[in-house]
Amino acid sequence: MNKPILSVTDLHKSFGPQHVLKGISLDVQAGERIAIIGGSGSGKSTFLRCINFMEMPSQGRIALDGHSLGSVKQTRAGETRVNYAERELCQVRARVGMVFQQFNLFPHMTVLENVMEGLVTVKRAAKTEAREVALSQLTKVGLSNRLDAYPSQLSGGQQQRVAIARALAMEPEIILFDEPTSSLDPELVGEVLRSIRVLADEGRTMLLVTHELGFAYHFATKVIFLADGVFHEVGTPEEVLKEPKQQKTKEFLRRFNEFAF
Amino acid sequence: MDYQFDFSVVTQNFGALLQGLLVTAELWVICAAGGATLGVCIALARLSPRRWLSLPSLVYVQLFRNTPVLIQLIWFYYAFPIVVGQQLTPFVAVVLGLGLNTSAYCAEIFRGGIISLTRGQWEGAKAIGMSQSMALRRVIMPQVFRRMLPALTNRVIEVGKMSSLASVLSVPELMYQGRLLSSTFYRPFEVITTLAIIYFLLIFPSGLFSRWLEVRMARGK
Ligand SMILES: Nc1ncnc2c1ncn2[C@@H]1O[C@H](COP(=O)(O)OP(=O)(O)OP(=O)(O)O)[C@@H](O)[C@H]1O
Ligand SMILES: [Mg+2]
Repeated sequence: MNKPILSVTDLHKSFGPQHVLKGISLDVQAGERIAIIGGSGSGKSTFLRCINFMEMPSQGRIALDGHSLGSVKQTRAGETRVNYAERELCQVRARVGMVFQQFNLFPHMTVLENVMEGLVTVKRAAKTEAREVALSQLTKVGLSNRLDAYPSQLSGGQQQRVAIARALAMEPEIILFDEPTSSLDPELVGEVLRSIRVLADEGRTMLLVTHELGFAYHFATKVIFLADGVFHEVGTPEEVLKEPKQQKTKEFLRRFNEFAF
Repeated sequence: MDYQFDFSVVTQNFGALLQGLLVTAELWVICAAGGATLGVCIALARLSPRRWLSLPSLVYVQLFRNTPVLIQLIWFYYAFPIVVGQQLTPFVAVVLGLGLNTSAYCAEIFRGGIISLTRGQWEGAKAIGMSQSMALRRVIMPQVFRRMLPALTNRVIEVGKMSSLASVLSVPELMYQGRLLSSTFYRPFEVITTLAIIYFLLIFPSGLFSRWLEVRMARGK
């Protein structure tokens, strides 16, 4: 095994009294594509959001490229706490891209400006250079003809593809997708999934939370079933989706396929 | 009505009015711009999770919004010097009173605008590696400004009109000059009517300008 590019160790997350993640560990190798499935409210989003520190982990460590993030401090009570500097978190987030269910595009910027924004402000790239990168990413998602449109003028599927291009423009080492097609009309789901598959073909490292089990099956190198705040079952798509061993996984899949035809 | 109109008092003393107009414009620009800028800071303090920032800013806003602005101006001229041990010129007292008053109102406008933006905008910005201040500058505030433009315009217009209160402290702005002329020549009708027209001509275009700006910005909604 090579050294993992992302390593999560004993991750816990609580919201007040609610213990959502109860000790999750995961090593991600470069080029792996991991699909995370699970019931609503099981903590899939929370797990993904802890990885790029949209949520602060309550406990546990995250390492990128072998470097543990944050610094350990002893509290007066003798407990250990991990502190994170804003600078470090910004650097991490620039290296770990994220695509949201609700797109979260900037409505006051055009498509091109949305994709250039991170390059110009965060990476301090020259405008011409940023434009070039943005253009090539927008071409990849099939939107090079809508550069000057505002997000509100685009369909949901187009907006999500802009969001993918915006994440890609930063040249992230890992991309996180949180149900990227869940807020789309059914006929628009395909175009977004196709864009994601192009990234898979490029060998990018990706973590995807999804309810599209069919896509997960074809897309992923590894499938994780999250339940009760832990990884209940982990394996290849074949193992988890076709021949699950755990009772809970079986029930989840049965409920999921109830109305399949 | 057998009153004889005589606007010569206005035409012959137009220079004095013009000087007053300049001072009014000066007050207006300083108080509006300074108030809006300070308003952003106070809005951020109001929204801070740190109580030592949010609490004082809450008190500040409530004080300025719940007392008459005329009292605030007079207070800064007569009472504030006692607190700081330094006499202020009437102009500075007015700038302080009117500017801080404006900042309190603007703070509430900005706060409302920031709250109304969804968490998603912060996250979209953070997800590409932006720091808090970068996100604020590039993503949040431009949208807040757009949304709050009508409310901000109202405030700016209000400041323009309130600047006439400075005449109470003998700041030689438009209103003061006008009152001086009017009482010197006993021509209140001509002078005060002219004043009203000048204020109108000064303030009306700013409303038009903001309408134009709103339409222009609406594209990126
Ligand atoms: N910011 C928050 N504050 C408080 N509770 C939260 C917060 N975010 C998530 N939770 C709670 O944590 C639990 C897990 O939420 P999460 O969004 O991670 O679930 P999920 O698996 O992504 O569900 P879904 O499939 O509906 O998206 C839920 O019970 C939710 O109410
Ligand atoms: Mg979710």
